[in-house]
Amino acid sequence: MTGLTLLIPLALVLGLCGLAAFFWALRSGQFDDMDGAALRILIEDEEPK
Amino acid sequence: MNAPVRIAPAPALERTLFAVPGMRCAACISKLESGLAPVAGVISARVNFTARCVAVDHLPELTTKDIQAAIGAIGFDAEAISDADALTDNGESRALMRATAVAGFAAMNIMLLSVSIWSGAEAGTRDLFHLLSGIIAIPTVTYSGRPFFRSAWAAVRRGRTNMDVPISIGVVLVTALSLFETLTGGAHAYFDGAVMLLFFLLVGRMLDSVMRDRARGGVAALLKQTATGARVANPDGSTIWIAAEALVPGQLMIVPAGERLAADGVVESGSSGLDLSLLTGESAPCRVSAGAHVHAGTLNLDSPLTVRVMAAGPDTAIADIARLMEHAGQGRSRYVRIADRAARWYAPAVHTLAIMAFAGWMLAGAGWHEALLIAAAVLIITCPCALGLAVPAAQIVAAGALMRRGVLIKDGSALERLAEADRLLFDKTGTLTLGRPEPVDLERLPHAVRPAALALAQASKHPLSAALRRALEADGARPAALTDLVEEPGFGMRGRWDAVPVSLGRPAQATAGEMAVAFVSDDAPPVVVHFRDALRPDAAATVHRLQGLGLECSIVSGDRAAAALPVVRALELTAQTGMRPQDKIDAIARLAGAGRRVLMVGDGLNDGPALAAAHVSMAPASASDVGQAAADVVFLGDSLAPVATAILAARRTMQVVRQNFAIAIAYNVLAVPLALAGMVTPLVAAIAMSGSSIIVVGNALRLRGAAR
Repeated sequence: MTGLTLLIPLALVLGLCGLAAFFWALRSGQFDDMDGAALRILIEDEEPK
Repeated sequence: MNAPVRIAPAPALERTLFAVPGMRCAACISKLESGLAPVAGVISARVNFTARCVAVDHLPELTTKDIQAAIGAIGFDAEAISDADALTDNGESRALMRATAVAGFAAMNIMLLSVSIWSGAEAGTRDLFHLLSGIIAIPTVTYSGRPFFRSAWAAVRRGRTNMDVPISIGVVLVTALSLFETLTGGAHAYFDGAVMLLFFLLVGRMLDSVMRDRARGGVAALLKQTATGARVANPDGSTIWIAAEALVPGQLMIVPAGERLAADGVVESGSSGLDLSLLTGESAPCRVSAGAHVHAGTLNLDSPLTVRVMAAGPDTAIADIARLMEHAGQGRSRYVRIADRAARWYAPAVHTLAIMAFAGWMLAGAGWHEALLIAAAVLIITCPCALGLAVPAAQIVAAGALMRRGVLIKDGSALERLAEADRLLFDKTGTLTLGRPEPVDLERLPHAVRPAALALAQASKHPLSAALRRALEADGARPAALTDLVEEPGFGMRGRWDAVPVSLGRPAQATAGEMAVAFVSDDAPPVVVHFRDALRPDAAATVHRLQGLGLECSIVSGDRAAAALPVVRALELTAQTGMRPQDKIDAIARLAGAGRRVLMVGDGLNDGPALAAAHVSMAPASASDVGQAAADVVFLGDSLAPVATAILAARRTMQVVRQNFAIAIAYNVLAVPLALAGMVTPLVAAIAMSGSSIIVVGNALRLRGAAR
């Protein structure tokens, strides 16, 4: 039983961290351009010299 | 990661958005971003591929025109768009996504606690877990429930009811009762049910909103098509640039070749061909000379014109069409979605049932607390969880299937309305026909001279040149190197091919309404190539198929009867010709008055009001921006077959939606007696709710192949 008093708040805090991370991603525009994100992986970072 | 973003210390930066419809692939993104970065004054450029636009942060010195030219130099057509109609305006979707995330998070945590209660946690542990659940659930309900509460309140205030009323009452009542149970150490708390219900419903709501977000624009796209301004000649001979809104009747506009007119007016001097396709959908250029009336939004093709402004800004013909469209679209917003129609009888039935359960148990001698708990169980078990998902899940799966076939559906209600259509009106130019001239007798042009003809055609922006270029390129011709290329206003292109003078231009004896170009090499007799606006390849087959689906088809065209005749003959359809935008709206209104549900298929700006007025509308992707913005459904490619495909898929979708309703009702028939008998524990509620949702979503997934 005593373990629960630690584990339950811990679980909730970890979950809230996930939720906060999602909100941050939403706010910083990571879901604005879903199609573009899929294509950007194909772009060469450095131009061939 | 790979966007060339440079952080600049410069204080006052301006951000301008450009629509770049021409980008298609990853290479375009990188070309645009790395091409704009070195431009002096540009701090950063970021492409949004989903919205086909690029956001440029730049120093205030750099004007919109400069950036537009820079994008043009990279090889894309760009159009500045104001922030007002910026595509990031999907606030509703975003709020729903946040609410869904919160509800999902809370539902998972509460479910964890609930599982241990169901597995036999007792006394102190159970009360602690109930309390924890309550602490998570109450803020969640307050936050995630807002979309439902707001919509329910709006409906109740106007004396109506919708799906959100039973949802809101159910969720609030259940949460309040569960809180009471928790505080008094009761055995059952339904926090898990309430939050899970919100989560499932929010997923349905979010799907719906995401679908709607794919399409925006409306009238803004229309006014974008007019020029932003014009060069105006002062009486003293100097010229100044005046923005379109500031033009006043009486001023003299100087319109160079290749620019759009900014206002309606009368030609004072000069003669040129005008591309009216924006207004009429007609592909053949129209010749104008002094005294002719010209309209804003038309494109001056080949020589400069001086135009006296007669009407500007809100008084132009194009603004009239915009108003007509706005007005016509109002009828459609009165359409009641199938889910809300179902709610009209569903909500009262559920409320009556809950009240009857409460009254019945009170009479049977149960305490008010137990009776209220049973009434709440009835509300939560009948809550249209499956109903809320039934419609959006089916519609989004069908829309996805259609999208893979090149049919873009703008929102869920479009599918509902498409399934109901029983009368079809086609526009002619650009809809039944390809809307672009195709050479009829290209074989007349000898292979030996094709390189020269191609080189001449490439140098001009005239629609017939463009058509000739496409046909020749498709035929494998390669352009020759020409010298002394000049565009001769009112005639065409001239140049020299190894010292031999060649020209491509208007035939000497052109009959009115005929589309043709003449190629002349040295002193040889001119070779005349004729063009016509060809029917879409499978137009006849599709029209037959549509008639087989029970849709009566006919043509409404803005063209003259003579021009429409070949199409009418080829398709064996009746046609009304010479129709103005207002006439098309009237025709639709007459049919609607006779109880028909009209599907309008059209493309031009002149069809815009009709597309907005019809019960449901479709436009080809080659349509003007206005046509695309006004239509519910846009289809890609040269084929007309997607019209029939979309109707079939819409009908199948509605079939699945009705099946889903039947499943939801069957589930209620089973579960409601249990709830009335007071046998629904939180465990039963959770199983019933997720079970019915999974079945409904599974049924919707069968639509993946709906567009075949």
